[in-house]
Amino acid sequence: MFRFLLTKLGGLVPTFVGVTLLTFAMIRLIPGDPIEVMAGERGINPERHARLMHEFGFDRPILEQYVFYIGDVFRGDLGKSLVTKKPVIDEFLLLFPATVELSIVAMVFAILVGLPVGVLAGVRRGRPADHTVMALSLAGYSMPIFWWGLLLIILFSVTLGWTPVSGRLDFIYFVQPVTGFMAIDTLLSDQEGSFLDALHHLVLPSIVLGTIPLAVIARMTRSAMLEVLSEDYVRTARAKGLSPFRVIGVHALRNALIPVVTVIGLQVGTLLAGAILTESIFSWPGIGKWLIDSIGRRDYPSVQGGILLVAIVIMLVNLAVDLMYGLINPRIRHAR
Amino acid sequence: MTLAADIAVADPVPPAIGPWRETWLSFSENKGAVAALAVIVVVALVAVFADWVAPYSPIAQDRDAFLAPPFWAEGGSAKFLLGTDDVGRDMLSRLIHGARYSLLIGCIVITISLSVGVLLGLVAGYVRGMVEELIMRLMDIMLAIPALLLAIVIVAILGPSLTNAIIAVAITYLPHFTRMVRATVIAEMTKDYVTAARVSGARALRLMFVTVLPNCAAPLIVLATLNFSSAILDAAALGFLGLGAQPPTPEWGTMLAKAREFVQSAWWVVTFPGLAVLVTVLAFNLAGDGLRDALDPKLKR
Repeated sequence: MFRFLLTKLGGLVPTFVGVTLLTFAMIRLIPGDPIEVMAGERGINPERHARLMHEFGFDRPILEQYVFYIGDVFRGDLGKSLVTKKPVIDEFLLLFPATVELSIVAMVFAILVGLPVGVLAGVRRGRPADHTVMALSLAGYSMPIFWWGLLLIILFSVTLGWTPVSGRLDFIYFVQPVTGFMAIDTLLSDQEGSFLDALHHLVLPSIVLGTIPLAVIARMTRSAMLEVLSEDYVRTARAKGLSPFRVIGVHALRNALIPVVTVIGLQVGTLLAGAILTESIFSWPGIGKWLIDSIGRRDYPSVQGGILLVAIVIMLVNLAVDLMYGLINPRIRHAR
Repeated sequence: MTLAADIAVADPVPPAIGPWRETWLSFSENKGAVAALAVIVVVALVAVFADWVAPYSPIAQDRDAFLAPPFWAEGGSAKFLLGTDDVGRDMLSRLIHGARYSLLIGCIVITISLSVGVLLGLVAGYVRGMVEELIMRLMDIMLAIPALLLAIVIVAILGPSLTNAIIAVAITYLPHFTRMVRATVIAEMTKDYVTAARVSGARALRLMFVTVLPNCAAPLIVLATLNFSSAILDAAALGFLGLGAQPPTPEWGTMLAKAREFVQSAWWVVTFPGLAVLVTVLAFNLAGDGLRDALDPKLKR
């Protein structure tokens, strides 16, 4: 297992170098030199310009600059936001829990609905239930989620008035951030109704963000079930007279889960990309909205740092999924 | 026709059918895929003849009709069938012209990523060694970042515009094509017909493009169709985020970006552009699935 871990970690190195090269190059590829970019439309006098170029090390050889950049990254120094003047890493860490909370709830929703629905479609292959599930999942897979979110707002928030339109919590509540997860922080606080309000705010964004993973999980579960249901041990279990519930739930589903777990892991990247759109629609104060706002404000250090951190998070989650997969299925661990 | 069919049935040896016809026969069994193809043809025709089909210019403003509802809703009129937006532009005309942008985006993105991807994949699979390692590592890095995020980074560098959004989306799809072509090339290179071609003196370029490449055609067509829909979706998402086509371009995603302000007041401004994206993307996905089943019977369940 330890060797497996080392190989997996080693495989991350080229990707890490590549991602840092990308973010390093990004700020230098934007038309105008970095100091001009940071000065923005105000402009800057030549003297100050030269001094800052020297101060930030932009006048050194490019390779040296990259080495310094990597050094900064490892110290957690990703520069300061041009707008708030606060360190980028602090801003990121402040907003990150909001995105994680949304992503977790969205994933739980996708799994809770996608798995049973996929099993149903697999078991009732070729029947109306199967066709319905497949048609809906194709629609979910093709859904422009930014539009889906707006539709749900029109239906549930505007017409029916069931859910709030935006944000994480009504402004009548003030909750001290402890964990950064609003659903937990409101429970810890003694403000009555705030927890339910936080949940209310979570409903629509997590449905929107969970839609594509839901469709993918349902399709994958269905095809994995179809494969497993034709295996001999399922027939044996049926022949032994076990209840259909037991055959499907225990014998088939357990083995069908292996590819499904992989697909769930692969959805993490999709989830973070989807969070950018979802957070924009619902004004959810997470890193997705922050990244887009930063691009709009030409706050390049924030964009640069944010992209790097998001890429690192995705790399680490993929690593975790790989490791988990190795734990579930020993064949994988020994194959490489 | 009936007579010919009868003879064919009576004949013990089935008549030879060409690969195109065989694909079409298999494709046409799938009703959903055929319906999807019909939708695609209609959208394409509307896009090509947008100037004639659309009742108004997509950017013409009618100052007497801001946010007019569609004709069946209360207060709507047949003058603007699907209503107007906040500056009095006809929604139907904008949607029709939007089809042009979406299909064009799909075509350009696929052309770029297909040709560059095929080239890189062929080189990686044929040359092997360091070159392959370099190309494939680069593709791995690109795959490590979600496509939309990578596209956003590229647009942040190049600046927001329709052209840059197209370039950005095209770059993010490169790895899919490169990986697939490389894998197929490596598998094909060991086969006898390639050895035969090599022995009879075919040069590297001929081997790559004439001998091996046609054998990647089937999976490439399927991948291109499926990526076509993703390209439309991603470009619309960039437009929605204000990073793609800029107003007043009637691109569907860009139209939605502006429409957000009217979720409370004018549902039609929000509903139709997204519906157009959904229907188009759905059609391409369905057709892509059908095409995959038709071209690769092994995958059919």
